[in-house]
Amino acid sequence: MKRKINDSIRKLDKTCLPNWYEIPLAGAILSEGSEDYETGSWRTRRPVWNKEECTSCLICWLFCPEMAIKVTGGKMAGINASLCKGCGVCANECPREGAMTMVEGGEYRDCKV
Amino acid sequence: MALNLKELSQREPLFTGGARLCVGCPAPMIVKQVLYAAPHNPIVVNPTCCLEVSSAVFPYSSWKVPYYHNAFENAAAVASGIERAVVALKKRGRLARDKEFDIIVIGGDGGTYDIGLQALSGMLERGHRCLYVCYDNGAYMNTGIQRSGATPYGAWTTTSHVGPAQKGKQQPRKDIVQIAAAHGAYAANASLHAWRDLMRKVQTALNYDGPSFINVQAPCPRGWRFPSSKTVEIARLGTECCFYPLYEVTDGGKKWIINHTPRRKLPVEDYLRPQGRFAHFFQKGNEYLIEEFQRQVDERWEHLLKLAEMS
Amino acid sequence: MRKKIGLTGDGAAAEAMRQIDPEVVAVYPITPQTEIVERFAEFVAEGLVQTELINVESEHSALSACCGSSMAGVRTMTCTSAQGLALMHEMLYIAAGNRLPIVMVNVNRTLSAPINIHNDQSDSLGSRDAGWIQLYCENPQEVYDTVIQAVRIAEDHQVMLPVMVCLDGFIVSHNMEPVELLDDGEVKEFIGEFKPRLNLLDTERPITAGNLTLPEYFFEHKYAQVYALEQSKEKIEEVGREFGDRFGRRYGLVEGYKLDDAEIAVITLGSMAGTARVAVDALRGEGIKAGLLKMRCYRPFPVQELAGALKNIRAAAVMEKAVSPGAPGPAVFSDIIAALYRQSVRINLISYVAGLGGRDVPVKSIHRVYEHLQKVAASGEPDRILNYLDLRGWE
Repeated sequence: MKRKINDSIRKLDKTCLPNWYEIPLAGAILSEGSEDYETGSWRTRRPVWNKEECTSCLICWLFCPEMAIKVTGGKMAGINASLCKGCGVCANECPREGAMTMVEGGEYRDCKV
Repeated sequence: MALNLKELSQREPLFTGGARLCVGCPAPMIVKQVLYAAPHNPIVVNPTCCLEVSSAVFPYSSWKVPYYHNAFENAAAVASGIERAVVALKKRGRLARDKEFDIIVIGGDGGTYDIGLQALSGMLERGHRCLYVCYDNGAYMNTGIQRSGATPYGAWTTTSHVGPAQKGKQQPRKDIVQIAAAHGAYAANASLHAWRDLMRKVQTALNYDGPSFINVQAPCPRGWRFPSSKTVEIARLGTECCFYPLYEVTDGGKKWIINHTPRRKLPVEDYLRPQGRFAHFFQKGNEYLIEEFQRQVDERWEHLLKLAEMS
Repeated sequence: MRKKIGLTGDGAAAEAMRQIDPEVVAVYPITPQTEIVERFAEFVAEGLVQTELINVESEHSALSACCGSSMAGVRTMTCTSAQGLALMHEMLYIAAGNRLPIVMVNVNRTLSAPINIHNDQSDSLGSRDAGWIQLYCENPQEVYDTVIQAVRIAEDHQVMLPVMVCLDGFIVSHNMEPVELLDDGEVKEFIGEFKPRLNLLDTERPITAGNLTLPEYFFEHKYAQVYALEQSKEKIEEVGREFGDRFGRRYGLVEGYKLDDAEIAVITLGSMAGTARVAVDALRGEGIKAGLLKMRCYRPFPVQELAGALKNIRAAAVMEKAVSPGAPGPAVFSDIIAALYRQSVRINLISYVAGLGGRDVPVKSIHRVYEHLQKVAASGEPDRILNYLDLRGWE
């Protein structure tokens, strides 16, 4: 229910753009997040997570500007490849050697981040 | 509310990915901390800035809270109106008295130090219960790195160039926190790397019975010319050399509290060297720029120590 | 209980605002509007309204705060004049683009330089493309009635646009006339409760408003706003009609005076209509078929209504208190030409710029305009199209 308004505009966005009478009042939309706008394609480097070394301190989660660090039950659970822009802040801030490292190449979609 | 990453990470983020900010941008790191710390229902007012043009792009919104952008220079006035609307509705019994909102402005330094200063002053003087958070990246980054009142002394920008006749910005930064504190508001200087400190300040501000202002150091990889992975690291250096100290002003502008005293105060070179905007500081014959920068930092830090001591 | 009391135009606006009792008023003092904010501040102090009055630090912030409160879903009003309106200019477009039903009373005063606090309409006419509904008032009674109607018009769910109620500085704002006030309850009932379409305080359905809108959507967004303004004509008429049915004073988009059989006519806005009416009566006494067309609604422009009212006129003069330097003609004149052209009405039309910076426009000067019109009607073509009334060195 909540996603209805924005979805209808976005569907049109992909096929045909909305007519003027389909624009919502004042162009206001629901605040429902933009995770479906994939910024992962910007990536030229990617973080590689080493689960064995990781202590789930969540510093990477805290500083990741793309909210691309997946956490389940308070534990680090991986990287959202469709959002990660490859800035490298996670690896730079990771207090544990070898838990997060940056490697060259974005390898969008099929990467094993 | 406990400031515990394990717990926070299990809450729904109120600002999501998919924003079109530059790689390594500090703004979402700050937004995330501010929104996680907000104790009530946050409403965000955003002046025109990098964050706005990247997070609210029709038909996409990176926000999960009510969000309003109006113009560049008036966010504090817009927030004032929202705050009074809440009061008006409660007065007339059309909104439950216990329904609390955190009205938060999040703006860049251009919209805060410069063009938005009048509206900010008005908001603080009238005593609206709003929190104004400035993500201070020290230049007009949205339009492409032009100098602002927040640009540090000597820094290169696209309107304070480095050449034989001029070495970057000729003036020091404006002390915005002191200006805010002079209004009797809760005012603080914070930095995105010191997350506990920042989030505690946000909570203090939002529980404060009056207006509040928090200036947050926001190193910009693009404008400051450093690799995108170093955003947090540069912030840490800024604080550890006392260029960007962590402090707060409470009791209506009377009590100055230093929240962090570096164990070993780093020389400003450590902060300046990794940043391309200060590259000319390290060219032969320009050593005086480093000395002058150090002198200014020391002077301000000493002044801050005195203020803290006095109050 | 309805009552008739002496009120200035500013006083009448303030009285209407008291009865409307909006949730938020954000305002900054400026001559000749100040009397409104002073009076309203008294109402606040006396507890006669529940309004949250924000005494902002500039007109820029006045309209900005209004945008905030209106987007938070509450009834919002402000007032200003001249430089204040100019300082609001940026936000005028934003309030309209964000579809915020703010009601603003603008007390018309000339724009600096040279600095002058007196009346002309260059402030609001200069804001004609901001996307606001603009209604012009001739006297304090019209100010009172129009401010009340403006709330209904702005907040209509098909309209959702800001309304500017304009009255001439000093001439209307500071002159006292008898005004019939409605009962507080009648006003409350007439305006009803504001039901916002956008509401920042709705945390169940949080909205993102004021988005960056890129080229692929901007044009459509803008046209939706243009369309709403066009369509608001019907609502303005409907509300004016209903007001008349309930309270005895009916309002429309344009108002003709002895126009039905007129051969020559003056078209004007605001207080000049009152003066022109006196001239018309005198001319009629001499057997001259003179008429008057008062434009109450300038935006949206009443194209059909205006052209229809003028189609049998032989010569007409547009009298306006503003000048458009370098333009082919002043604003209202140019708009009327476009309207007549669109409706294929071909009449002899001349322009008179009058009363700039508070220059008095007395009956005898308006007589000279009608004399000019008689010549044009007789010769069948205008000798001079652009004219400046009572400008020394011009004739």
